[in-house]
Amino acid sequence: MDTKLPPYATFGQRVWFYGFRVLCGLIFFFLIAPILIIIPLSFNAENFFTFTPGMLALDPEAYSLQHYEEFFGQTGNPWRGLLIGLVIGAVITVVLKLWKGNLNLFPILIGAILGVIVGKLWGLEGEEWMTPLRNSLAIAPVATMLSVGFGTLAAIGLSQTHVPFKGAIMAILISPMIVPLIISAAGMYFFYSRIGLQGTYWGVVLAHAALGIPFVIITVTATLVGFDRSLTRAAANLGANPVTTFFRIQMPLILPGVISGGLFAFITSFDEVVVVIFVGSAGQQTLPWQMFTGLREQISPVILAAATILVTISIILLTVVELLRRRSERLRGLSPS
Amino acid sequence: MSDATGPDQFTGATPDNAIRNAERSDGPMLAADGRPLKRSLARALRAQKMRALMLIAPLLVFILVTFIAPIVDMLFRSVENQIVSETLPRTVVALEEWDPSDVPDNATFAALAYDFMAAAERREHTRLGSRLNYETTGISSLFRQTGRSVDDVGEEYAEQFIALNAAWEEPETWATLMGAASWVEENSGEVEGAGTLFQLSPTARDAFPEAADAYRSFARTIQSEDDDSPMAEEPWNTVYLALYRDLSAGYATEYDGPMAELIAEAIPAVADFEGMTPREAFEAIDEEWMNLQIWGTIEAFSDPFTAGYFLTSVDLQLTPQGVEQQPEEQRIYRLLFWRTLFMSGVITISCILLAYPIAYLLSNLPTRSSNLLLILVLLPFWTSLLVRTSAWKVLLQQQGVINDILVWIGLVADDARLALINNQLGTIIAMTHILLPFMILPMFSVMKTIPPSYVRAAKSLGATNWTAFWRVYFPQSIPGIGAGCILVFILAIGYYITPELVGGRTGTFISNRIAFHISSSLNWGLAAALGSILLAVVLILYWLYDRIVGIDNVKLG
Repeated sequence: MDTKLPPYATFGQRVWFYGFRVLCGLIFFFLIAPILIIIPLSFNAENFFTFTPGMLALDPEAYSLQHYEEFFGQTGNPWRGLLIGLVIGAVITVVLKLWKGNLNLFPILIGAILGVIVGKLWGLEGEEWMTPLRNSLAIAPVATMLSVGFGTLAAIGLSQTHVPFKGAIMAILISPMIVPLIISAAGMYFFYSRIGLQGTYWGVVLAHAALGIPFVIITVTATLVGFDRSLTRAAANLGANPVTTFFRIQMPLILPGVISGGLFAFITSFDEVVVVIFVGSAGQQTLPWQMFTGLREQISPVILAAATILVTISIILLTVVELLRRRSERLRGLSPS
Repeated sequence: MSDATGPDQFTGATPDNAIRNAERSDGPMLAADGRPLKRSLARALRAQKMRALMLIAPLLVFILVTFIAPIVDMLFRSVENQIVSETLPRTVVALEEWDPSDVPDNATFAALAYDFMAAAERREHTRLGSRLNYETTGISSLFRQTGRSVDDVGEEYAEQFIALNAAWEEPETWATLMGAASWVEENSGEVEGAGTLFQLSPTARDAFPEAADAYRSFARTIQSEDDDSPMAEEPWNTVYLALYRDLSAGYATEYDGPMAELIAEAIPAVADFEGMTPREAFEAIDEEWMNLQIWGTIEAFSDPFTAGYFLTSVDLQLTPQGVEQQPEEQRIYRLLFWRTLFMSGVITISCILLAYPIAYLLSNLPTRSSNLLLILVLLPFWTSLLVRTSAWKVLLQQQGVINDILVWIGLVADDARLALINNQLGTIIAMTHILLPFMILPMFSVMKTIPPSYVRAAKSLGATNWTAFWRVYFPQSIPGIGAGCILVFILAIGYYITPELVGGRTGTFISNRIAFHISSSLNWGLAAALGSILLAVVLILYWLYDRIVGIDNVKLG
């Protein structure tokens, strides 16, 4: 199909051209509308799941933040968090200044933002939604670190020219992505209860790390495909030992792949419900688990507020991954291959 | 090498010397250090392989422990059935000689009494009862009932032994009679708690085979369960029953171990003892013990491994007469598997229909605009599954946005709102939306590689638009359709969350049944068998995917 309609197009061609675009528009609408429609609905002033007449009339009275207030609670102390975040950010800035020599105010900003969030979250006690969110934030980063650490090493090993049993190893490492989650959950539930990990924090972390590993392997090996080996040889030639070579030459070049693999692993753990329901116990209830329970038992509009927050997070993550991908391509484009 | 001569006069491993060596000898080509080149290369290659493996090893071990071991454990559980032979070990042995057309003999019932007494004391009989209840309903209540009354079996014999000589009432009599000499010595006198693990005396074992076995089971059970010493506890009534059976069967006539005079006194007396046989005793507890079907079930599941769970998964059952169909009203799993496959198929087809135009549009637009539109595909892909499911749950409700719009347009009357959720339709709509990006992305990556000049060539040769598309473009896009289909189908048949939330009763998948058996009915073996079948289906599909697309071509985002 051509992008522009030629001036000599017949009537049938015109109908087809516009008809096809309308069809595609409808399909895009089907893809995106359900996600976007929950955003206005989450500001509903009443406990309804549909647009009230007041909302359709754009009456400000019909909109409210009450579901968000219920989600966050009101008692957290963002100011203390802000203070701690600023101090940590400042320390990092000073360290960076001493190490690299250029002044970078970015950590202070990040520290302040994170501090406000953390101060708000951790100031709350026993809130219905905050405890799950805290659990999610306690599980996902640790699981991500495990996946990224093991996964990056293995991806570097797999990208060597001579790897025995490469096919079999790859199949085993990718398997957590292939096997349906319910089967992984069932197996882990049986096995972890045998070895006493069922219902513990570490049980959930290990399970989530295993689920995240295929994503790290796939993204990092993809980055390594374009990696120019003569760079490491040159570094060795100039007297760098393998560890220095890895951290100063290879790591910066594959870093975009590692970070986006880590983001995939993070979102896998952060979004995961099935395995945590079986492997975890009430003490490890995560945000998606709380949403699942809420949706199954009695559905309350606070779920829409939670969903809106998650959509915002995924938009941010999508942007970061896209930026990283471009950066990676630029970096690899610079290196001769 | 040391005898190398030449203009440079260097000795040792230099390239020149290596060439000279190689030219001089007729042997294999040598490396610079004088070793055969082949071996040097092989060693270098081995070192490289080792290094690669060392890098991979930590992750491999991690995955094997945290992921592969659980899967293997599940496969094992789907055939494992040790509970019967562990809980009723003597009964299982006795049943080997059982003639299935008649109620088992007294020896089997006696074995059942010893096993059941120990199991009831350890509270294991209810677990076994609920396990066997999966196969024959009624066993659970029979076992619970028997567990309450089994300590009366053999009571008459206990009373008659005690009437014969009051020493039979003393725990120490029994302990001295049955215990090994060293064990008796260690544990006599004042003993705190359970004492050391009970050891049977070899003489007692030879003299009273059943009683010694029953007593050891008693001693060890009270030691581990109640933290009591056999020296301080009167044995169960079943031990008296066992001794009565041994003595009346003519054992122990030449017994000369400890308490020999008590035994010598009892041997002539037992002939006059009166009481119920074990079989009568169990019949008195519950008539059901005379039911051949109960015994058939116990016998059929006495092997440590069973195909029973797999048979149940395909609506068959193991009966004493062999493999049979389940009764009509209990056949659910074949239907459920069929429904899972059917709905996954419908979801896959609707994904193809919706994804093809989008992929076609994206691959034919200029890169700039297609990248923009691609974000519309990637955003749902990145959005939490629960967010998308809750969106559909909200939209499809009877009082939800879609029904509201339909009523407002006038397509549907307000009192006849459509039931869009908690049925198959709800599951299909929501899952098509959730899996659509997984179809679009592979199709898009294949269509992007189809050169537009082919279609132009076809048209310039006189093909109509439709012919050019159908005969030239479409065949080239089939690999993308195939890849997307298998991916979507694999993902769909294992889905749990969405069917659980929007599927209601009729829109659920086999995964929901697996979850039900793990968390509600606690029939883990059946859950494992259903999971194993599902896993086999997925692995076959995955193998196909690998053949068609190649595992290395999996790309993200």
